[in-house]
Amino acid sequence: MAADRVPWRKARIGAITPVTPRVKSVRFTGLDGTHRAGQHVELRLTAPDGYQAQRSYSIASAPGDADGLELMIEGLTGGEVSSYFADIAEVGDEVELRGPIGGSFVWSPEDGGPVLLIGGGSGVVPLLSMLRARAETGSETPMLLIYSVREAAEAILREELEARARDEPGFDLTLLTTREGATAGRRVDRVMIETALDHIGKPRHVFVCGGNAFVGTVSDLLVDAGVKPGAIRTERFGG
Amino acid sequence: MVTRGFTGRPPKADVAARLPPGQYLTEDFPVLQLGPTPRVTEETWSFTLRDGPRPLKSWTWAEFARLPHTRWKGDIHCVTKWSKFDTAWEGVSFDDILADVGIEPPTDFTLFEGFDDYTTNVPVADLRGGRAMVATSYEGKPIPPDHGGPARLLVPHLYFWKSPKWVKGLRFTRKDEGGFWELRGYHMYGDPWREQRFTGD
Repeated sequence: MAADRVPWRKARIGAITPVTPRVKSVRFTGLDGTHRAGQHVELRLTAPDGYQAQRSYSIASAPGDADGLELMIEGLTGGEVSSYFADIAEVGDEVELRGPIGGSFVWSPEDGGPVLLIGGGSGVVPLLSMLRARAETGSETPMLLIYSVREAAEAILREELEARARDEPGFDLTLLTTREGATAGRRVDRVMIETALDHIGKPRHVFVCGGNAFVGTVSDLLVDAGVKPGAIRTERFGG
Repeated sequence: MVTRGFTGRPPKADVAARLPPGQYLTEDFPVLQLGPTPRVTEETWSFTLRDGPRPLKSWTWAEFARLPHTRWKGDIHCVTKWSKFDTAWEGVSFDDILADVGIEPPTDFTLFEGFDDYTTNVPVADLRGGRAMVATSYEGKPIPPDHGGPARLLVPHLYFWKSPKWVKGLRFTRKDEGGFWELRGYHMYGDPWREQRFTGD
């Protein structure tokens, strides 16, 4: 199933919307084709002297979203690409984009479920695309998202997630705030994993995305809880 | 295509000279893997060389430790864009593994396998002449599990997805057979200096 060559394409910024104090949603238009939920794209920026910087970003939008391809770009201190999006990029600007890329951390409604999604911080982004893909197709595949953030204000698209949990049959959300509220000091732990597994049943697919330590800890807990390693897909940022 | 308003922060010339196109330097050591870290210890680890389905030889950890060991220090490059300089590894070179079996390679291609069932292909020519080893130590210590310990392949002149973690064996193949990523759009060879990230690059 080898793909054809993956070309660099021009993508126009169609919208920039802050979604948390540190993260902006950036929508790109003018792109043909679609993607599979969970995939990423690469962006390339070019300076007048020819210097180029490339970075990878997970896709947040559902496949085929008419509003364009949505990425969530965090204003990382000192990051040359993230600071371009934080401080310079405007609607109408063009960058180069390549992809979609990735054939492992992906889910489509026809892959079925139950599906357990576990995201830490901006690791929720590819999981958001899966949730949206599920809703777009009217799928009722059981899906449960455990989303761990330090504070509620850092949760990306919290209102959308809560509305989906309220309105979409078969989708449940566990939002964990590790530094405030009733769950301060708690992390995704054995009890939380077991509760989730009791709730949705034996998962056919588990997707874990976040920082390195988070993903390592959570995937070990999943294996300890009896989930088959082959059912668990992981993605870590900083990679 | 110049990006309006972007200047970036190009690396200094000495760093830039060591970075393949599209890469940037990182000081930490990011972790990339498909799933959970498999539970492999020195007690349960073994390495098997096969010609197609036919086993040629297997080594336990203790047997492998008795083979001649090689050191290598240099730069590694991940297809996700990071490069890390001056990494120090020790292990058993492919040449010494072959010498221990006492054979010449039966084919020109190999497919490596990990304990997590990950696979990747590397041509025999890229393994010989001291260009590849099964590494059993990193920076003078056992390789941490999330970096592939107890043993991983090291083929540092190719993108790092060609250096599978928790390596459990290699199979000589008649044809150049793609592995996990190569069947999912990634390049069959993966030379960072020619920026062979994806099929057709």
